[in-house]
Amino acid sequence: MTQTDFARALLDPEADIPVGITDPTGRPAPKRFSVYRNNVASSLTRALEAAFPTVRKLVGDEFFAAMAGVFLRAHPPNSRMLMLYGDAMPGFLEGFPPVAHLGYLPDVARLDQAMRESYHAADIQPLPDAEFQRLIGADIAGLRLRLAPSLRLVRSHWPVVSIWAANAEGGPPPVPGPEDAVILRPEFDPRPQRLPSGGGAFLQGLLEKRTLGQSLDQAGASVNLPGILSLLISGRAIIGVDE
Amino acid sequence: MLDQTGGGLPAKPGTGYKPQHFASILADPGPVGWLEIHAENYMGDGGRPLAQLRHLAQRFPISVHGVGLSIGGEAALDLDHLERLKTLCGWLNPASFSEHLAWSTHDGAYLNDLLPLPYTTATLARVCAHINQVQDVLGRRMLLENPSTYVAFSETAMEEVAFLTQIAERTGCGLLLDVNNVYVSGVNQDYDPQSYLDRFPLLHVGEIHLGGHDEDRDDHGNRLLIDSHGAEVVDPVWALYAHVIAKAGPLPTLIEWDNDVPDWPVLVDEAARAARVLEAVA
Repeated sequence: MTQTDFARALLDPEADIPVGITDPTGRPAPKRFSVYRNNVASSLTRALEAAFPTVRKLVGDEFFAAMAGVFLRAHPPNSRMLMLYGDAMPGFLEGFPPVAHLGYLPDVARLDQAMRESYHAADIQPLPDAEFQRLIGADIAGLRLRLAPSLRLVRSHWPVVSIWAANAEGGPPPVPGPEDAVILRPEFDPRPQRLPSGGGAFLQGLLEKRTLGQSLDQAGASVNLPGILSLLISGRAIIGVDE
Repeated sequence: MLDQTGGGLPAKPGTGYKPQHFASILADPGPVGWLEIHAENYMGDGGRPLAQLRHLAQRFPISVHGVGLSIGGEAALDLDHLERLKTLCGWLNPASFSEHLAWSTHDGAYLNDLLPLPYTTATLARVCAHINQVQDVLGRRMLLENPSTYVAFSETAMEEVAFLTQIAERTGCGLLLDVNNVYVSGVNQDYDPQSYLDRFPLLHVGEIHLGGHDEDRDDHGNRLLIDSHGAEVVDPVWALYAHVIAKAGPLPTLIEWDNDVPDWPVLVDEAARAARVLEAVA
């Protein structure tokens, strides 16, 4: 028996038990082997339940557990850092026929995943207020803002922030329409917020290291710059300015 | 001989750290003298987990317990993972680092369970090579934990105590004796746990684990115990533990409870029970 045989049989419930696996008297022991099968599936299912709370709430516990069983066999973790397991989930949901009618589900999964990445991201102090004061009146179009590692942008054709709020906090029923989410973590608790008009394109520009001027151009005429900046500053998300 | 950095754990009860107990531990640790963390949960870049750990480490000796190195794996150790472990042990300088006689990764997939291996001269050589590598990279002595097992291998040619003794002698590593695992494996593999412990090389033991298990039946209707870390320590395990401590003297003793985690006072009660056993021989 090799570990390849053992690992294959662990993830495939239909596979034969590897030769040479027995009970203490040397008899075949499929039920004993199934303890390991159950451990792998149930521990990874628990990790996915913790990882995708909003998706789980939307589809229900029983459906989620069954779906997790399919997912974990198609995409077993490729890292021992289970805290970030599941980055393949949005793509998986896009191609999973039983949820084809829930078009928003992949983006909700992106939001859940981004929340977790934000939670574990590095702690970096925001730019001090005095630095912002210094910029008032300067020609800011050529500046590049450095953003906190805990900031995440999730752009969506669906009302992802409203869906999150309705499920996580009992917020009002979501109204159809696109929403771009920024996840900010002023201290330790990440929170998704809906970006004002033009915010998604603007922030994407900043994340691609474009200047403020270039990012504004990208965001279009309706961009609500004061609204976006005040969100980023209150969320302690601007950590530096490069001139 | 490797440098045992970190100073070792005190011969007192410890508990596995769960974030929901953060405030309770600081307010009233009871007899709990140290805390154990799972290494992989503290390999993120920042946020609350690392902030809490930095805070706790100022007050308690910390034991870092890895679950993902796959020391018993056929493949080479994952150097990125080893590097992350080195980073964690570097800034935290824990009192102890331990891992398992098990494998968990194959062909790039992490299976998130402690999987068993046959005990042969070939697997012995491989495990020893991996432990040497870990101790070299970390620059510290590690402890290796005996597993709970549910199956036997027709290939196995050595008994577990002999296998572990050989590992400790060849690599200089210490051993983490999980008394619940001895009991679970004893029932599952049809051996006498007491006699296993009487043969165990107690001089190499740097830490004890105590935890709970579930009970099931195997293919032939025989008792099959499952290491669940989700219940109180059972009386037969307490009796085996008292036997070990009477023989070896006081040792750092972990109450391990990872699933269906109870409120803090329940863990304090379990720790107090361990403390009474330790005090009886102090």
